[in-house]
Amino acid sequence: MPKDFVDLLADLQEEEVIKLTKQRLEAGEEALAILDDSRKAMEVVGDRFAEGKYFIPELVYSGELLTQITELVKPYLTRPAESKRLGKVVIGTVAGDIHDIGLNIVGFMLDVHGFEVYNLGVDVPPQKFVEKMKETSAPVLGLSGFLTLAFDSMKETVEALEAAGLRDKMKIMIGGGQMDDEVKKFAKADAYGKDAMEAVSLVKKWIGVK
Amino acid sequence: MMNTEKKWADMTWQERREERFKKWLSPDVKFSSPEAEKKYKERVTRFIKAIKLEEPDRVPVILPAGNIPAYFAGVNLKTIMYDYDELRRAWREFIREFDSDTLLGPGLILPGRVLEAIDFKLEKWPGHGLADDIESYQFIEGEYIKAEEYDKLIKDPSDFWLRTFMPRAMGACKAFEKLPQLTAFVGIPVFYVAYFADPEIQAAFKTLMDAGEETMRWMEAVNDVNRESLEAGFPAFWGGMSGAPFDMIGDMLRGTTGIMTDMFRRPDKLQEAMERMVPIAIDEAVAGANSSGCPIIVMPLHKGTGGFMSNEQFKTFYWPTFKKIMMGLISEGLVPMPFAEGNYEPRLEIIKDMPRSGVIWWFEHMDMAKAKKVLGDTACIAGNIPVTVLCTGTPQEVKEHCRKLIETCAPGGGYILTGGAAVDKGNPDNLHAVMEAAKEYGNY
Repeated sequence: MPKDFVDLLADLQEEEVIKLTKQRLEAGEEALAILDDSRKAMEVVGDRFAEGKYFIPELVYSGELLTQITELVKPYLTRPAESKRLGKVVIGTVAGDIHDIGLNIVGFMLDVHGFEVYNLGVDVPPQKFVEKMKETSAPVLGLSGFLTLAFDSMKETVEALEAAGLRDKMKIMIGGGQMDDEVKKFAKADAYGKDAMEAVSLVKKWIGVK
Repeated sequence: MMNTEKKWADMTWQERREERFKKWLSPDVKFSSPEAEKKYKERVTRFIKAIKLEEPDRVPVILPAGNIPAYFAGVNLKTIMYDYDELRRAWREFIREFDSDTLLGPGLILPGRVLEAIDFKLEKWPGHGLADDIESYQFIEGEYIKAEEYDKLIKDPSDFWLRTFMPRAMGACKAFEKLPQLTAFVGIPVFYVAYFADPEIQAAFKTLMDAGEETMRWMEAVNDVNRESLEAGFPAFWGGMSGAPFDMIGDMLRGTTGIMTDMFRRPDKLQEAMERMVPIAIDEAVAGANSSGCPIIVMPLHKGTGGFMSNEQFKTFYWPTFKKIMMGLISEGLVPMPFAEGNYEPRLEIIKDMPRSGVIWWFEHMDMAKAKKVLGDTACIAGNIPVTVLCTGTPQEVKEHCRKLIETCAPGGGYILTGGAAVDKGNPDNLHAVMEAAKEYGNY
């Protein structure tokens, strides 16, 4: 039974997976087990994305399905769904840029891969990144940007972290529309990732997850 | 074209295009000098030959200049969005300083006061949701239309626009929700005329009337600049705009999450809505080109890029209605110029299925050697000096990139040198470098 669930969700079979979720809950199954299966399914989705079998529509749709399942399961949770988190990552779109589609997909994929994500949203001033990195002591920062104006904002953000004496304590990855290795050099970041799964791989590498 | 309507109807698309090219070559302006006129004609001819996949005298150039005239003139985007004299001054300085084969006028520098007056919800701009010194206005994507509302769009797009979309996109038009269906086939006018007594509906129209007048003041500045640049010998290359129905719905109506879940949950409705938009979008673009006199229709593309969706999804959801719009434009004698944001490399084999020389493909990220190989016999290609180099590199680096692009793409014709995207702010010498490279390396 649980294997079917993982397959159904990973295959994006909305009707069937929702039906099965309800059946499992009615049968008195542990709510956490369903969430755990959901997480496994999302990892499959992530792998298929990395292999080029799935694209953004599948990621977005799987996220919608996961939201529905989580809503169904919530009332049955007897203890908080506090699963073990692999490490912290702060992400945000840099100052002046309000694009968030890529940012949220990265946040979502990091979350389902077990990381504790602090998504600061869009148009984030350098100082806000500095404060959040101080507060969380996260080892990884992800900077997102879509427009050319983000080049300078990324550079200024990295410089603000340097000025605050925090730069050595973290790895910084960048991504988004106009970003590439040139911008990585220009902004003095540690890596550029072309999509959400590259972000996951970078974070895994840096945090030391196999 | 009105007085030759019958003849127009009998023409092939190539004949119609020749008519439009003739008009483009001889705009209705008084050139500032015989030299300006000569250069104007040379420049347009250069583009026409590139479009027809013939070798012009040299590689034509579209300077990758976005909002940079503002910064070149020492002000910023916010200033020229509000001060039309400064808008004029910025573009005049830019025209004086930069050599180019075409000049993009200030028609996309939207007037801030108009956006404020109508309370436009779909953009943020400097001083209005963005810091004063930000160099571009930005789109706010959202789910403005619920999934169940496709039927309204499909049934009656105009009614949908007036009573459903406009009230949500513009705060000033909120009261239009209260309007009745204005296509009143019963035909008794008092049934619907009465609604115009509603004070809120009246206020909405009053706001639109005032905003219209403000828009005219802005347009006067835009038209001045466009006329002056023609007089100085710089042709327009941005004759009108269109796009792909998938983006029109995804960007403006349903948002990314909305449209991407619709692909799974209600694919038929999505397809039907996109089909419904095709003829309307064609008419819109034709009207734009008729008024500008330039036959190039720029089509910025967003959500069909490689990495965003699979080739299968592209072929199913994105390409068919987009292609229909392009074919409609071509049959009207226009030249669609899709600006393929992102990376269209995975799409090359799909998009080559178009009439020979019918389209200009402008690429952002692309292996241009591959593009030349796949599309070279079919379409003029344009692009793609990396915007990162344009913004952060030296003029020498820019020139070197241009040289390589020209070597790769120019042989045999069918290539326009330009950026992968436009520069809003940065070193003006990097723009000069593009033109220098074309003159130095781009002669046939």
